[in-house]
Amino acid sequence: MTSLDVSVGEVGAGARQRSRKIYGRGQGRVVPGFRLSLGVTLLYAALIICLPLATLIVVGARLGPAEYWAVVSSPRALASYRVTLGAAALATLFNTIYGFALAWVLVRHEFPGRRVLDAVVDLPFALPTAVAGIALTALFARNGWFGEPLSLIGIKVAYTQLGIALAMAFTSLPFIVRTLQPVMEELDGEIEEAARTLGAGNVTIFFRVVLPILVPALLAGVSLAFARCLGEFGAVIFIAGNQPYQTEITALLAFIRIEEYEYSAAAAIATVMLGTAFVLLVVTNALQAYARRHELTP
Amino acid sequence: MSAASGTSRGQPQRGWSRYVLLGSVLLVTAIVIGAPILAVFIQALSQGLAIALESLAHPDTRAAIWLSVVVAIVVVPVNTLFGIAAAWSIAKFRFPGRKLLLAIVELPFSVSPIVAGISYLFVYGGQGLFGPFLEAHDLKIMFALPGIILATTFVTAPFVARELLPLMQLQGNSDEEVAATLGAHGWQTFFRVTLPNIRWGLLYGVVLCNARVLGEFGAVSIVSGNIRGETNTLPLHVEMLYHDYNAAGAFAAAAVLTLVALVTLLVKTLLERVSSHA
Repeated sequence: MTSLDVSVGEVGAGARQRSRKIYGRGQGRVVPGFRLSLGVTLLYAALIICLPLATLIVVGARLGPAEYWAVVSSPRALASYRVTLGAAALATLFNTIYGFALAWVLVRHEFPGRRVLDAVVDLPFALPTAVAGIALTALFARNGWFGEPLSLIGIKVAYTQLGIALAMAFTSLPFIVRTLQPVMEELDGEIEEAARTLGAGNVTIFFRVVLPILVPALLAGVSLAFARCLGEFGAVIFIAGNQPYQTEITALLAFIRIEEYEYSAAAAIATVMLGTAFVLLVVTNALQAYARRHELTP
Repeated sequence: MSAASGTSRGQPQRGWSRYVLLGSVLLVTAIVIGAPILAVFIQALSQGLAIALESLAHPDTRAAIWLSVVVAIVVVPVNTLFGIAAAWSIAKFRFPGRKLLLAIVELPFSVSPIVAGISYLFVYGGQGLFGPFLEAHDLKIMFALPGIILATTFVTAPFVARELLPLMQLQGNSDEEVAATLGAHGWQTFFRVTLPNIRWGLLYGVVLCNARVLGEFGAVSIVSGNIRGETNTLPLHVEMLYHDYNAAGAFAAAAVLTLVALVTLLVKTLLERVSSHA
């Protein structure tokens, strides 16, 4: 901005005056549209994003502490947190390994079909969650392509917590891959080469050189993916079985409370989900800020 | 491209470990992502193409497709304009609260669609914030088209902004500054200078937003009221057919949505090719 002010100053006070007149009181801003774009963004953010969420919090708060606590700590709610957190943790663990390997292969390997694989990573973004849900259920049900052989060795996927984790893993995969990919691309091999000339082996290079650089981005992707898993609904409900206390996720419990016209109970459970999402968002942003401060290139 | 080629990476890609890694990634991808796509089409055609087409031609399915298209016609342009405005204000300017605004814009990504649906119910529903007012004026938002549109708008809000933000930040302000000092006014600068720079990213954002709008399920299932042939969007219709044990019909409708997703990815791949050659 400073160099910009100088250049405007060189053109002369008249031009500066003119730009002020055209673009409003932009404190010497030359790029136009500040007030219009910010105005539209703020209005939209307030009406579409903030108003509904604020209303939810108010409705939840109106319940009063005792009743609120009774709803959010009821045995069925607690069981749903356990199911959701457990499946989300399993899904995120799977995606951390698989997503890391996938991003690595996309960045470091040249092979026919790399572009196709790169496009396929976005499929869980583009495919409706309900479609993913019925497709995974068809595959992993006891008579499905994968469900049948798995049931022979005693593994049940559909209608168990494993199925919930699978659906969550499907929908949250792109978050980890797409967060890692750009950072891996910056890692251009010079540091690894330096480590190698200093006598480090492959394993040492990976764990002591490569991984530490990627960890902030990896953690940011992991927390994004985990948040997504906790909120997933469409893909999960088809494969989950939805038995209270066993395979009922928190989002479904909130949904059921709405169907039963138990609006305040639904609001209380929804605020727990919203609060968790907020916490994870703060964690993600902190990790991303940390990653930016410790950028690889000086 | 030279920087991306294998040799300049300084990584000696020798031997079997490279192929084991590549092979296992491809295998897992085939199982986790490839197989579900294939399964949708195979299940849809399990009773023959005629049955699949017949179930797509059913009035309720046609109504669901049409409703989803109407929602997309409203929501995609709204979120495109919002995405451009948000990316423009956040990428091109520095102001207090900028980071907070960015977090708010990205918030719908982290919030469960179910939470979004419930929140909208408390704003526009019968017992909600505006409920009495809406009732007095005989306006129906929940369990009707406006509610579906609003909830979908929330869930898909960040898609265009998220594609544009990194692009605009990378390109900086210099082009716009030059245009402004040469006397271009605001809209001229946008349409002639900025838009050509961001058009491919914008197009992908729009296409992806469109796919998400057509596929939104959780939020819409709270606010739609699920009236067959009236307030059922295509994904809700898939669920209804599925629970009616009409698997062929459910997968036929799902195949339509899968085709939209595949076209979205095709557009993305083509756009990347075009913009890397530009």
